[in-house]
Amino acid sequence: MPGPEIVLITGTRKGIGRHLAEHFVRKGALVEGCSRTAPDWELENYTHHLADVTSEADVRRMMTSIRHRHNRLDVLVNNTGIASMNHTVLMPLESAARIMNTNFLGTFLMCRESAKLMRQQKWGRIINLGSIAVPMRLAGESVYAASKSAITTFTQILAGELAGWGITCNVVSPAPIETDLIRSVPPEKIQHILDRLPISRLGRYEDVAHVVDFFAHRASDAITGQVIYLGGA
Amino acid sequence: MQKTEITELILSCLRGNLEAAGPLPAEPLTSETRLLGRSAVLDPLGLVQLLVDVELQLDSAHGIAVTLADERAMSQKHSPFRSVGTLSDYIDTLIQEDPSHARA
Repeated sequence: MPGPEIVLITGTRKGIGRHLAEHFVRKGALVEGCSRTAPDWELENYTHHLADVTSEADVRRMMTSIRHRHNRLDVLVNNTGIASMNHTVLMPLESAARIMNTNFLGTFLMCRESAKLMRQQKWGRIINLGSIAVPMRLAGESVYAASKSAITTFTQILAGELAGWGITCNVVSPAPIETDLIRSVPPEKIQHILDRLPISRLGRYEDVAHVVDFFAHRASDAITGQVIYLGGA
Repeated sequence: MQKTEITELILSCLRGNLEAAGPLPAEPLTSETRLLGRSAVLDPLGLVQLLVDVELQLDSAHGIAVTLADERAMSQKHSPFRSVGTLSDYIDTLIQEDPSHARA
């Protein structure tokens, strides 16, 4: 591989995305990130794009910028995600549509455009963020879990479609981590989820980074279409 | 970008893809060359690769950003991807419809 790795991470303004951006920069990568609003931090070897992952025009503009400056993309991490915890009967249609759009269609769009760039070098790593809400079938998270379930199935089929281009596609599904995503969830509900996990602690950014490293590793070229659930879900 | 240039760009990408897969077909590659159907020179995955390459070449060599597999292309009774010529026509239409791609 010529030069440092080019890594693109979505949703880098804060939380897991920001941690992953810092993690890859520490490892010597050139990191590209995006969010709809600007982050309040800067980092050497990190380039931020103001982009909405559900906008085809925004995503294409970002990919064109990456191609013009680097002419390749090695790793894509689709981290952007939103949630709205509601009983299904009380879930507004607009909220459900927003969750599906951001979580699933955003991931789809990023994968589609990234694969076109990765095909040039016949190598790439796509890592999508799933959730333990899928196997745990958490009440109150039906739409969020469905969006993550869609990501999982999509990734597994994509893995077959892109294997011939040397691109692997996998999913890391974290246990609850203290981010904005779960901030509105009552502590007793989080504890209830943790109590059901074999490893009954909150997830850490490092847990996610470790699995992302594993999937992104050059030696992981025979690992595709896989899902790793953190915490043992 | 003139239509002859579009056709040449498609033929160049097609040639590159076919050469990477094996010997070129005996018939010369022209605007009549089929991309879909029984007499196609590509298999379905080969067509996907060709479309990706054409998109990339349009963007990198001419600054033209188009998505070839759009809703309209997929819903047409006769696919615009059935031959080099019909693909060239389709790209020409997309370019003409977008004012940001005004002919040089």
